[in-house]
Amino acid sequence: MSLSELVFGRLSWDALPLHVPIVLATFVVVAVLGVALLGAITYFRLWGTLWRDWFTSIDHKKIGIMYMVLGIVMLLRGFADALMMRLQQAMAFGDNAGYLPPEHYDQIFTAHGVIMIFFVAMPLVTGLMNYLVPLQIGARDVAFPFLNNFSFWMTTFGAILVMASLFIGEFAKTGWLAYPPLSGIEYSPDVGVDYYIWALQIAGVGTLLSGVNLIATIVKMRAPGMNLMKMPVFTWTALCTNVLIVAAFPVLTAVLALLSLDRYAGTHFFTNDAGGNPMMYINLIWIWGHPEVYILILPLFGAFSEIVPTFTGKRLFGYTSMVYATVCITILSYLVWLHHFFTMGSGASVNSFFGITTMIISIPTGAKIFNWLFTMYRGRIRFEVPMLWTLGFMSTFVIGGMTGVMLAVPPADFVLHNSLFLIAHFHNVIIGGVVFGLFAAINYWAPKALGFRLDPFWGKCSFWFWLTGFVLAFAPLYVLGFMGVTRRLSHFDDPSLQVWFVMALIGALLILCGIVCMLVQFYVSWRKRDELRDISGDPWNGRTLEWSTSSPPPDYNFAFTPRVHDTDAWHDMKRRGYERPTTGFTDIHMPKNTGAGFIIAALCALCGFALIWHMWLVAGVSFAAMLVAVIVHTFNYNRDFHIPAADVVRTEDARTQALAAAHV
Amino acid sequence: MSDLALPVVSPNGERTAPFLAKADHHPENGTLLGFWLYLMSDCLVFACLFATYGVLGRSYAGGAGGAQLFELPLVALNTSLLLLSSITYGFAMLEMQRRRVGATLLWLAITGLFGLGFLGVELYEFAHLIAEGNGPERSAFLSSFFALVGTHGLHVTFGIIWLVTLMAQVGRHGLITENRRRLACLSMFWHFLDVVWIGVFTFVYLMGVLP
Amino acid sequence: MSNASHHDTAHDHDDGAPHATLRGYLTGFVLSVVLTAIPFWLVMGKVFSSSALTATVLLAFAVVQIVVHMICFLHMDAKSEGGWNLLALIFTLVLVVITLAGSIWVMYHLNVNMMPAMSGMPSMP
Repeated sequence: MSLSELVFGRLSWDALPLHVPIVLATFVVVAVLGVALLGAITYFRLWGTLWRDWFTSIDHKKIGIMYMVLGIVMLLRGFADALMMRLQQAMAFGDNAGYLPPEHYDQIFTAHGVIMIFFVAMPLVTGLMNYLVPLQIGARDVAFPFLNNFSFWMTTFGAILVMASLFIGEFAKTGWLAYPPLSGIEYSPDVGVDYYIWALQIAGVGTLLSGVNLIATIVKMRAPGMNLMKMPVFTWTALCTNVLIVAAFPVLTAVLALLSLDRYAGTHFFTNDAGGNPMMYINLIWIWGHPEVYILILPLFGAFSEIVPTFTGKRLFGYTSMVYATVCITILSYLVWLHHFFTMGSGASVNSFFGITTMIISIPTGAKIFNWLFTMYRGRIRFEVPMLWTLGFMSTFVIGGMTGVMLAVPPADFVLHNSLFLIAHFHNVIIGGVVFGLFAAINYWAPKALGFRLDPFWGKCSFWFWLTGFVLAFAPLYVLGFMGVTRRLSHFDDPSLQVWFVMALIGALLILCGIVCMLVQFYVSWRKRDELRDISGDPWNGRTLEWSTSSPPPDYNFAFTPRVHDTDAWHDMKRRGYERPTTGFTDIHMPKNTGAGFIIAALCALCGFALIWHMWLVAGVSFAAMLVAVIVHTFNYNRDFHIPAADVVRTEDARTQALAAAHV
Repeated sequence: MSDLALPVVSPNGERTAPFLAKADHHPENGTLLGFWLYLMSDCLVFACLFATYGVLGRSYAGGAGGAQLFELPLVALNTSLLLLSSITYGFAMLEMQRRRVGATLLWLAITGLFGLGFLGVELYEFAHLIAEGNGPERSAFLSSFFALVGTHGLHVTFGIIWLVTLMAQVGRHGLITENRRRLACLSMFWHFLDVVWIGVFTFVYLMGVLP
Repeated sequence: MSNASHHDTAHDHDDGAPHATLRGYLTGFVLSVVLTAIPFWLVMGKVFSSSALTATVLLAFAVVQIVVHMICFLHMDAKSEGGWNLLALIFTLVLVVITLAGSIWVMYHLNVNMMPAMSGMPSMP
């Protein structure tokens, strides 16, 4: 092997997509915007602040906000993929081949799925939990602040690898789960599946460590008096979600490692020959995949459990049953995975078992819906933007859940599997549940994180566009699925189907309006931030501890760790006439910022890129460098500092004055 | 809006104090629990590899199987080396409890040597198999064998690197709290690897030679 | 966050880490040697004629030895970390069993129904 082969592997100028006009145009636009952004940061001399105060921060609040930014940016990319698919499917009938050749279309639907699940939903959910859990339990940070920063960068670099595949090489054409044998080396010898594997492995490590971090935080760092059954429901769902993460992501790591061994080392786990068995991949990947969807939804169930009581003015109905329902869902999510491949041929006894367990798992969720409805019953509902999203969730998610129970019946699934009915079902529950939930949560907790509420008018516009757009985009897919139309097709022969696809395209364009309205909302809120300022720290009359802090909270969250006496701790404090302490502040022990997380993650990503392109020398060196960086970091014993009492006094006094001024 | 009515200056009196923990409250350290949770996730990685071996472990693709390839005396040697390394790590922990730096380092070094011995025997076994054309690409059985046993060996390798690093850190800073915590984590890791090996020698080697 | 400075005095406790004893380690070691030697002898000496019986006995010995390791080397009990260690272990074991048993059960059925017929039985129409 020559030196240039050792260094550059199969990377060459051919990797640039000069012959694909759409990608080339995208590259030009991204390059221009990218240069503009980097130029602006340089011009306003923000690099120092960005590095010192954000990228190297181990503050869970900053990390949480960075996760949200990552998720929203990737939402734009993932949605662009969706628009492209809708457009192609609305026009490609009969002689019209559309504008996307199949090998391009296949990359788009693969990227759409991978990005939406791994780089939109997961970061947004992780960001939410990261931001809120320490505040809700009365802690100053998570259990392992450095690991938190490292986890964020691993996720981000995974996203960067996926984005890089757009301009250097190509992405997988296999669908978001990359089933072999298609994803094996024989049928996908190109770099696409390798980009997929390494992006997910790197992001997966970040997610797994985040899971360990948050479990340890919730177990060990709760304020005195907050026993498990006095935790906010969001914290309960965060605990269960992170248990699922720690229990499921190792399976993904193992399966992708085996796939990569097949691709790199010629092993026979999932090949068609020499004893390999592709069905084993599907079995293992869904053992991960089903808990994954519960990882996505459980935190949002928790968010709804905070939002509904706040905007109804009543305590949550059935706290205990909510907790038990969440725990049941956590355990049951491991007993249903085969419903993703009923048609693969495991036979009646196996299919029946998993069909029954799948139907059972809908029950705890149903219990939750009833609890929210009973909370609202005879309450005084305030139709603020978070509550609108919540009501939107309840109506759409229930339908999605019901179609899920339909699919749980194996004979029905034999007709509906891999049809557009399935696509409609999972978008129904993911958009209705996860996306609407995230927007509800963002609108609800934005004042806490940013210090000002989000503009309600643009928020309501966004909501109505999303709701109507979602219905128009996916109801036709249910119809088409019933009629037998298969998923992932880029061209159709039957012209009578076209009207439904055109309807779906219009729906997608309405959602686009919804997204634009949301971006406008962010901009307008920033411009009107003084008018929308949250001074009290408790703009919605909330019930949990995060609302006892200023907006945004100080670095140390709480000058004094709270003592908890009841569920809805902040509501309890307000009810009993709590007065905020203004004296007696002491030094506060905090962890230091560090660049080590960024550096180690960057080296991981470099190693991943090198492995994708078979740049063995670079891969070896970067791996060794990563190991050295980790070891060097462990030799750093000087990771903490103290915020002097004087600084705490100053911060708290400023708040005292601001609170007083607002009431004068 | 909030229904708080706040006076300008409030004393830390009875409307404040019941809701605050004492001033020097600090939360319990979560490192040991966190590391245990990580080990549980590692357990699931191995579970997948065991499951894969369970499903593909008799797919010889017309080639050799465990009965032909496994040399059980060698496996017995390996197993003894790993078990001995577990007990010597235990002795290191006992010396750590007695705060005896030199003795701790000595037992850690012996543990490391046993670990290296284990790896040496395993590498010899792998090299031998590969040289005879029974490498991981020969059949699904061999793929899953190399993946499972190899992953365990990789964990032992990283354990040894960690061990050496910790020895340097104990040598430099002594048996401070942080280092004792790290030694406790490595202890869990090391014993966990021995637990996995029990599964390996039983499920792969011993059951693998049965007809 | 670490509380490095204030607890690092000369007292003997291990910050919540379990207290190991020489006796515990030696008991574990001796039991492990015995629980390893017998399975090796059963297989190398071809003691039982039935593979199924041998396999069952081997697995049983493995389970017992794992428990010995958990108690004697890993100091597993219901009190460490407020019971969370044991809870995490039990949860993990349940999932390991589901993963192993579930995969083998599912894959066995898939193989029987879907892999190329070796016995000359006609394939599905």
